[in-house]
Amino acid sequence: MPGDASALQLVLSADPALMGIVWLSLGVSLAAVGLATIVGLPIGALLALTRFPGRNACIVVLNALMGLPPVVVGLAVYLLLSRSGPLGSWGLLFTPKAMVIAQAILVTPIIAALARQTLEDLWVEYRDELAAMNVGPVGRISTLIWDARFSLVTALLAGFGRAAAEVGAVIIVGGNIDGFTRTMTTAIALETSKGDLPLAIGLGIVLIAIVVAVNALAWGVRRTGERFAG
Amino acid sequence: MHTRRTLIALAALAAFATATPALAQEKSIVVSSTTSTQDSGLFGHILPMFKAKTGIDVKVVSQGTGQALDTGRRGDADVVFVHAKSQEEKFVADGFGVKRSPVMYNDFVLIGPKNDPAGAKGKDIVAGLKAIKDKSAPFISRGDRSGTHSAELALWKTAGIDIAKDKGAWYKEIGQGMGAALNTASASNSYVLTDRGTWLSFKNRGDLDIVVEGDNKLFNQYGVILVSPEKHKHVKKEFGQAFIDWLISAEGQKAITDYKINGQQLFFANATAPGA
Repeated sequence: MPGDASALQLVLSADPALMGIVWLSLGVSLAAVGLATIVGLPIGALLALTRFPGRNACIVVLNALMGLPPVVVGLAVYLLLSRSGPLGSWGLLFTPKAMVIAQAILVTPIIAALARQTLEDLWVEYRDELAAMNVGPVGRISTLIWDARFSLVTALLAGFGRAAAEVGAVIIVGGNIDGFTRTMTTAIALETSKGDLPLAIGLGIVLIAIVVAVNALAWGVRRTGERFAG
Repeated sequence: MHTRRTLIALAALAAFATATPALAQEKSIVVSSTTSTQDSGLFGHILPMFKAKTGIDVKVVSQGTGQALDTGRRGDADVVFVHAKSQEEKFVADGFGVKRSPVMYNDFVLIGPKNDPAGAKGKDIVAGLKAIKDKSAPFISRGDRSGTHSAELALWKTAGIDIAKDKGAWYKEIGQGMGAALNTASASNSYVLTDRGTWLSFKNRGDLDIVVEGDNKLFNQYGVILVSPEKHKHVKKEFGQAFIDWLISAEGQKAITDYKINGQQLFFANATAPGA
């Protein structure tokens, strides 16, 4: 990024380097939320609907994992993906894929834990009805997820917020490579280290604006969906 | 089932977002280097020239020298480009690198508050550090095993000060990069050792200025090493070697010499200097 331009000028001129960073941030965080949804939603649903010994301990652990330190997850993924690590032959370190993996690990517990709570609350309402209709476990889970879909959007947004805002994991596994793995948060960290605090704070405002825009979009989709769903 | 369709759409999104960057990966190498080369803007100046000539994309991961060498040791970079000669020679001797080639030098400067509470201004670096220690003037150390940190520790030793033993509350190790150290010094009006390039491009100077410079003990040599393809089979040795050959060629050396901030030259090419 040109050092002497302000963040506002960069935004107004749709600076290609800045746009690349914005798209990478969005792509990585959304992909991480997608992966985390595929893994986390079924985990949350299973915990909500089933009863087994140790279930309470599982819920406590899952809730605690929402607070996973990004830098620790980054380091663990780094050691896994490093050429000297067990998955080194995949050659994923310092690529956007590595960043998606690290963020997905951070986001999965958030989606699973919040989905568990939402589905369990709904389950209390639905239990007798679904039991009377003799619906099997897969049918129960899909009915609950479908009927709770608008509430579950909040869980996905919480996950997206976590992914878009974190810097500790992506800077370790992505390497903050210019034009390749540099995201909004790592760019902000870099400009801070260069002492260009106005540009850093300007980029911060751009990032917050993007997160607000994504949330507004999700809210709009939810409202429209609720209207059509009745 | 709607749920399944949603999940499939999410999976497709995830696959799309992760698959697209793979296209850009073809002719490229990963270089682990130091914050000083990246933050000073040197790479932004020379890498486009190298790419125009060879078509090779150079992806720079900038870390402290210790970490950058470690990245090479683990096989996560094709080339390391750092500044701590003894650590570089050990890296090659241990079989992790093929050969160390000197590239250029820049110099360290001692930064401090303009009112200079330790009275270090105009002294050489040894007397300057002694003055800081005698007055217990606040000093920020990188404390992160970087090249600059190693150089700082060596300078305390040259000044006859055992910093591990003699440090007091005035000496703070922050364990972070050069920029963070400068930001901390700027916020607390402390002395700090930095490379000149990072200082010249650093914007949040506050009340700080150069206190000691030009002492030849402050010269800072950079070397470049190809990570051993014998240790790590996947190292892109042709592309990596092409980058090294270009850096030490007349063309690469001129590109380094030509890089200036506010008319000031930052790096002095010396690939052919004996013993560099």
